[in-house]
Amino acid sequence: MSSEESDYEHDQIADGQLEGEGESFDEDDELAHLVGDSDSDEAEGEPEGDEILDDEIDELDAEGDMEEDKAQQENFDEEMDEDEIEKVGVVTNTNKDRSAMDNLLAKEDLGIVNSRIQESIRILTNFRELRDPNKTRTEYMTDLKNDVMTAFDYNLEMVEIFFSLFPPAEALKCIEANEESRPVTIRTNTLKTKRRDLAKTLIQRGINCEPIGKWSKVGLKIYDSQIPFGATPEYLAGHYIVQSPSSFCPVMALCPQPGERILDMAAAPGGKTTYIAQLMKNSGVLFANDVKAERLKALKANCQRLGIKNTVVTHYDGRKFPTIMKGFDRVLLDSPCTGLGVISRDPSIKAQKTYKEVMKLSHLQKELILAAIDCCDFKSKSGGYIVYSTCSITVEENEEVIDYALKHRYVKLVETGLEIGSEGLPKYKEQRFHQSLKLAKRIYPHTHNMDGFFVAKLKKFANGIKSQDKEKDQLSINRENAIKKNKEKKRDRKGRNKNADSKSNQKNLKKRIKQKKQESKKQSEDSKETTEKPTKKEKKQEDSAEESKAEVDQKSAPKNKGKKDKKKKFQDYKQKLKERKEKTRSPRKEGKEREERKERKEGQEEHERSCICCRA
Amino acid sequence: MRALSDEETKTFFEKLAKYIGSNIKFLIDREDEDYVFRLHKSKVYYVSVEVLKLAGNVGKDELYMLGTCFGKFTKTGRFRLQITCLDYLAKYAKHKIWVKPSGEQTFVYGNHIAKTHLARITENTPVNAGVVIFSITDIPLGFGVTAKSTVDCRDLDLTAMVAINQCDVGEYLRSEEEF
Repeated sequence: MSSEESDYEHDQIADGQLEGEGESFDEDDELAHLVGDSDSDEAEGEPEGDEILDDEIDELDAEGDMEEDKAQQENFDEEMDEDEIEKVGVVTNTNKDRSAMDNLLAKEDLGIVNSRIQESIRILTNFRELRDPNKTRTEYMTDLKNDVMTAFDYNLEMVEIFFSLFPPAEALKCIEANEESRPVTIRTNTLKTKRRDLAKTLIQRGINCEPIGKWSKVGLKIYDSQIPFGATPEYLAGHYIVQSPSSFCPVMALCPQPGERILDMAAAPGGKTTYIAQLMKNSGVLFANDVKAERLKALKANCQRLGIKNTVVTHYDGRKFPTIMKGFDRVLLDSPCTGLGVISRDPSIKAQKTYKEVMKLSHLQKELILAAIDCCDFKSKSGGYIVYSTCSITVEENEEVIDYALKHRYVKLVETGLEIGSEGLPKYKEQRFHQSLKLAKRIYPHTHNMDGFFVAKLKKFANGIKSQDKEKDQLSINRENAIKKNKEKKRDRKGRNKNADSKSNQKNLKKRIKQKKQESKKQSEDSKETTEKPTKKEKKQEDSAEESKAEVDQKSAPKNKGKKDKKKKFQDYKQKLKERKEKTRSPRKEGKEREERKERKEGQEEHERSCICCRA
Repeated sequence: MRALSDEETKTFFEKLAKYIGSNIKFLIDREDEDYVFRLHKSKVYYVSVEVLKLAGNVGKDELYMLGTCFGKFTKTGRFRLQITCLDYLAKYAKHKIWVKPSGEQTFVYGNHIAKTHLARITENTPVNAGVVIFSITDIPLGFGVTAKSTVDCRDLDLTAMVAINQCDVGEYLRSEEEF
């Protein structure tokens, strides 16, 4: 590797093309292929070279002119070779020259790395045609990541997060967008003024501003200002607040209504809280909670300055809030996060945050979102909504948390109602989340020129904790519902019967019992298969049947007293009954008969239920 | 959190009456909603009954603020109004002073009002009366006490003081801690 690398450097220097070496790299590569060298990794070799250079910069002071440097190039190259072969960091006479050379290289260093990043992204986007057959995709990727780390001062874990979230080209765009500063925006306090009036007065004061876009009616973008816009009399009187446009989104998704009871679980410093109160028109009740007492000061000051009167500021751990209060119409959880979407505001994030922190926060967020859902009242007429948002773009802090909530509470995702933003990600690496996560919104710095953000809106539809097993759970819900319905039906029935004619029923019952007894006697005499239901009509019919029977008896000889005769008689009697019925029946009567029968049946059933003898 | 005692109510209302006079009755008997004054950790809050009921759920130590803060009782038992009540003072103020645009900045930075900055003043304002200070565009900026009556203001030195600054909106930036 050493010889190869030094050769490569030599080439570069000799060509004098330290900027825009994309092409020269290509040539190098191609040459390497032709020769058949295996390790022609310019990117792999380069960082080592960088390290050496860096070390030497540390050791020695900067010296020398450009011309000298050029003259000493060859010397240096030889030295490099020797050094790397011997692997000895001996301080030689050529140190001076080397340091000068290093300085030169260090100056152009970023340029080299940047162009190399561009090149490898070009290859990765058209990998099949442009690749070096001896180099795998993962190798390209690691090289690219290393370069991005050096060029943008990221740590490896943060770079990996970006590259696993986007394809390489887009990831680089996002990282580049993080370097630019976002335009400053302010939000009009509609409780005290109108946007048009505010814009007018600000322009008079020498602050150049313009509406933020069609999607927001309260935002103003500040282009340049001659005076500090955080200290104008309008600011102090609470006519506006400095707020990033992406933090309008969760509140717009929450869509608070006047007169509701709303909770902002992690409220400080109060940008979103005041926006909620503004949309509620200072009516209803707004609870603003935060865990850090320090940050509550800013929250209180902002609330007072903007003239918000319906707010209660509390200092609880959000996870314990459900033990204090429940029954909110809407809950906003703007969760604590790593802030990977706002790197442009705080560049320390990209170098200091670790994956471990992401996972820690993810855990906290899961606890918080369950608490938020528990605080919400699903029976609320106007609400029952929970909005979850972070200023981070990692999946671990967003989709994973929502998916967790979907599994453990009775909530579903609904449309956020935001016009901007791209869809949430139901798929990430090997993870597969609920399909409805598409309804969540992601805002990226490189596509929307706003801070990175995530917003998801949940609707709560039942209380309680969802068990892990989904199917079982659904079944249990269905079962519970069915049981409830049955109970209600039964209650209704009982209620009707009792109300309708409880007294008359009792009387009827007594009568019927008597009838039954009589009948049973007769039946035993007549036949085994007499009808079971003791109705008045039947009784009459039976009477008549007895008469007819008597006639038959008189007519026929008294010899026939066997079972066969009895059967015949019974059949005759049945036929006669039918004939009579057909004659006497009229449509009106039929209806009445039916009703009567029903009543009797019910009466009998009830009697059977209450009477032990009949049951037996 | 509790209602004010008789003595506290007296001192509080006396102070408030300096600025809004008999208009206090509009604060107590409101047409839209029932509002009450409540004392919490020596601060007086003006809050609607609806909010108050729900705030009852919150523990004493965890409750940081509710409704609008009017001011606080000092350790010696006197009452001091805070800038946070400016909205109500401005609405019901008896005496007003409007300052010129050039005077806004100096006033907001905590300075008293000089005659040069005086744009308008309510007729018949006596000396040592509580006044609410407005910008010329009717934005309330703070409140204070007159050093001269309206009549005296007419022939005054340009540098002479007209009103003393007691509270101004600049305190939102200068002393965030106090809230």
